[in-house]
Amino acid sequence: MAEKVLMKGNEAMAESAIRAGCRFFFGYPITPQTELAAYMSKQMPKCGGTYLQAESEIAAINMVYGASAAGARVMTSSSSPGISLKGEGISYMAGCDLPGVIVNVQRGGPGLGGIQPSQSDYWQATRATGHGDFQIMVYAPSTVQEMADYAYLAFDKADEYRIPVMILADGMLGQMMEPVLMPEPKDELPEKPWATTGHKNERKHNIVDSLYLTPDALERLNRERFERYEVIKANEQRAELFMCDDAEIVLVAFGASARIARSAVVAAREQGIKAGLIRPITLWPFPTDAFESVMDTARDFLVVEMNMGQMVEDVRLVSEGRVPVEFFGRTGGIIPTPAEVLKRIEAAHERVGE
Amino acid sequence: MSAEEKVVFERPHALLPVITNYCPGCPHGIVHRLVAETIDELGIEGETVGVAPVGCAVTSVDFFGCDMIEAAHGRAPAVATAVKRVHPNNVVFAYQGDGDLASIGMAETVHAATRGENITVIFINNAIYGMTGGQMAPTSLPHQITQTSPYGRDTTTAGFPIRVSELLSSLDGVAYLERVTVDSPKNVRKAKKAIKKAFQNQIDGVGYSLIEVVSTCPTNWGLSPQDSFNWMRENMLPYYPLGVYKDVVADGFANAAEAAAARSADCPVAHPEKAGA
Amino acid sequence: MARDLSLILAGFGGQGVLFAGKIIATAGLIEDREVSWLPSYGPEMRGGTANCSVTLSDDPIGSPLVTAPNALVVMNQPSMDKFDTAVVPGGVMVVDSTLVQRIPDSEDVCVCAIPATEMAEENNMKGLANVILVGKLFAETHFCEEETLFAAMEKCVPARKRHLLDANMAALKLGMQA
Repeated sequence: MAEKVLMKGNEAMAESAIRAGCRFFFGYPITPQTELAAYMSKQMPKCGGTYLQAESEIAAINMVYGASAAGARVMTSSSSPGISLKGEGISYMAGCDLPGVIVNVQRGGPGLGGIQPSQSDYWQATRATGHGDFQIMVYAPSTVQEMADYAYLAFDKADEYRIPVMILADGMLGQMMEPVLMPEPKDELPEKPWATTGHKNERKHNIVDSLYLTPDALERLNRERFERYEVIKANEQRAELFMCDDAEIVLVAFGASARIARSAVVAAREQGIKAGLIRPITLWPFPTDAFESVMDTARDFLVVEMNMGQMVEDVRLVSEGRVPVEFFGRTGGIIPTPAEVLKRIEAAHERVGE
Repeated sequence: MSAEEKVVFERPHALLPVITNYCPGCPHGIVHRLVAETIDELGIEGETVGVAPVGCAVTSVDFFGCDMIEAAHGRAPAVATAVKRVHPNNVVFAYQGDGDLASIGMAETVHAATRGENITVIFINNAIYGMTGGQMAPTSLPHQITQTSPYGRDTTTAGFPIRVSELLSSLDGVAYLERVTVDSPKNVRKAKKAIKKAFQNQIDGVGYSLIEVVSTCPTNWGLSPQDSFNWMRENMLPYYPLGVYKDVVADGFANAAEAAAARSADCPVAHPEKAGA
Repeated sequence: MARDLSLILAGFGGQGVLFAGKIIATAGLIEDREVSWLPSYGPEMRGGTANCSVTLSDDPIGSPLVTAPNALVVMNQPSMDKFDTAVVPGGVMVVDSTLVQRIPDSEDVCVCAIPATEMAEENNMKGLANVILVGKLFAETHFCEEETLFAAMEKCVPARKRHLLDANMAALKLGMQA
C-alpha cells in the first residue's frame, strides 16, 4: 500500500507529473523552483524520460511546444520572471490547441523582484499569459498534497481540452515539506490523432499551426475555442468552502495566503465572529458558483492575497455590487500573518454591525 | 500515356500539388523542391516532421506533404529538438531564413547545434527580411540598402553580418555544414547533394547538419530574378564563400561525438574512460 | 498525543539546521500528525544564516512560517539576536553554548544551553551538533514518542550513508542525556 512521504512541494509536483505519464521536461534554473528541475534531472533518466536544460526559458517553452505537437505529455517549470519569457510559447500553444503543463512557483516582482513567495502573477496567469485572445486553465494548490494532486490532474485536463494548464504555486509552497500521498502511476494515456508523429503514409499530413491569414478563419477558430472555454467554465470550477454555511465575513484567498486566511477564520470563529473562507482552486475558470452559494449570508468579502490586489477584481466582478469587497495584501515576498488578517476580520465585523 | 512516353520530370510526392505564395523568381521554390526530392528519394515522407519558420516560408506547412509544425519566430531549433527527442526515429528538419535563424533565433540555433541535436537544418540566407517587406537582416552586407538601413548598413552602428556556417563550425556538436547556392543547374545539383547528405546524416546518426543556401530576394532587392543572382554572385558570394565548413565524416570520424572527443583528448574530465589508464 | 510544536531552528548555513528540522518533521509524519517544514531559502544557503520552521500539530496547519515559536533551537549568535524575543511564554529554547555567547535569561521561557559543538568534537561526532540539539529538544519537549524519533532518524539518513546512522543515533542519545 502506498504510504505518505515527506516531500517538498516542488519535488511533489515533479514526481506526480512523472506518475501522470509526463516523460519530457524542459526547463531553466530559477529560484525558487529549481528543486523541480533537479528532481526531473535525477528521475527522468530512470524512467526512460527526457530532462533537457534549455538555453533559455524561451527555448524551454518552445521545446514544450514541440514535444506536445509530437504527442507527448510534457512539462516545464519556472518562477515569475521566467514565466514572462515563456509567455510567447504559451500563446502559441493556445493558438495551436496544444496541451502542456506549466508550473509557476511565484516570487515577488516586478522585474527581477525578489525570491521570496508571492502571488503577484495572478493577472498574468488568468488574463495575459501571452498575446492574443486565449485562456489557460490555472490550478492554485494550497498544500503539498494538492500540488501533487493537481499536477497529476493537470495533464488529464490539458489533454481533454487541448489547452495549456498552469499550476500557480509560490515559493512557500514550493520550498515547504509536508506529508504527501502520491497518486498511482498511469499506464494508459489518451490517443492523439492530431499529433505530428510522421504520417506513415497512412493519413493526410498533420499540421500544428496558429497562423490564419484570413480574418474570417481566425475569427471562426477563436470563437470555437471560446465555446470550449465555456464548457470548461461550466465543468471545471473548483473551490473549497470553509465554514461558509452561515458566514457573514467571507474571506477569499488562494494558495499560500489561503492557509493564513484559514487560520484567521478559525481564530475569528473563536471570538464568535461568523467568518468563512472561499478558497478558489481553479483561478481560471474562476469558481463563480462558489460565490453564488454564499451570497445569501455574506455581508462582506475580504480578499487576502500576497500582492497589491489582483484576484480582488474577479471577486468584485462576481459580486456585482451585491456584497462589498475589501482587500488585504502583503507584497514583495512577505507572508501575511494570521494576526493581521484577524484584525481585518474584526474591523469588517464592526463595520457590518451585529 | 502511350508506351513510348516516359516521365522525365514530375512534382515530388513530398511537395503537395498546391500553389505556393512565393514571389516570382524566389529561390524558396527551388529549395523546397530539393528538400522534397530528398524526402522522396530516401523514402522517408511518412517518418518526416518539418518545422517551418516565421518569415516567407511560414506557409510551407501547407506545401510539404510530411507532418509539419509552425514554430514561433526563431524557435524552430527548439521545437525540432523536442520532436526528435520524443520520436528519435522520425526525421526532423527545420527550414529557416536569416532573420529567424541568425537574429531572433540565434540562441536556439547555437544551442541546438552545440547539443548536437540529430536534426537537419535548411538555412536560407538572402540578406534581408522578405516577409515584412525588406528590412535589414543579420546577414545584410555592409552598405547594403534596405528599408531599415536606407543609407546602407552602417557597420559602426549596425555592426557586421554574421557568417553562420563559419560561426557554427567551431561547435563540437556539429557534424556537417555546407554553404551552397541555387543560381545555376550545376549549383542546384550541388545543393541537392548537400541537402541529401544532411538528411542522410540524420538517418545514420551522424549528428547536427546545416545547409546554408545563399539566396536572393528579387522583390525586396528590387531586381529581376536574373539580376538578383548576378548581385548575389558579385556581392554575397565573396562575403559568404561556398563550400564545406565542417564534415566530421570526411575528417574520418563516425559522428560528431567522436570528432568532439578527439578535439578534447587532452581534457581529463571530458574523458572519464581514460581515468586510471 | 503530544502538544503542538511550533519550532524554529536557526544557525549558519552548513550547520545542518534544515536536516535537524527534517528529523523532527519525519517524526511527525511517522505519527501521522499534521506536519510542515519550511526552510529559509536564497543566498542564506550559501554560507549566511539559515533557518527553518517546523510545525507538528493535530489540526490542519495554516501558515508553515513560524513567527511565534514555542520552541527554538539556536546555533549561532545572529540567530539568537533575531529570534530570542519571538518565543512565546512557556516555550523552550535550546542553545548551542559553544557558539552563542549571549544566552538570554528569561522567566517565561525555559532556556537549555548545552555546548553541543564542543560535545560533538569531544565525542568524535564532528558536524553533529545539530543532532545533539535535537536530542536535547526531545528531552525537554517530548514532541514525539522516543521510538518514533529513532525511526525518524533511520528514515532521514540515506541508505548509501548507512555508516553515518550509528554516529547520528549516538549524537541523538548524547543530546537526550545532556
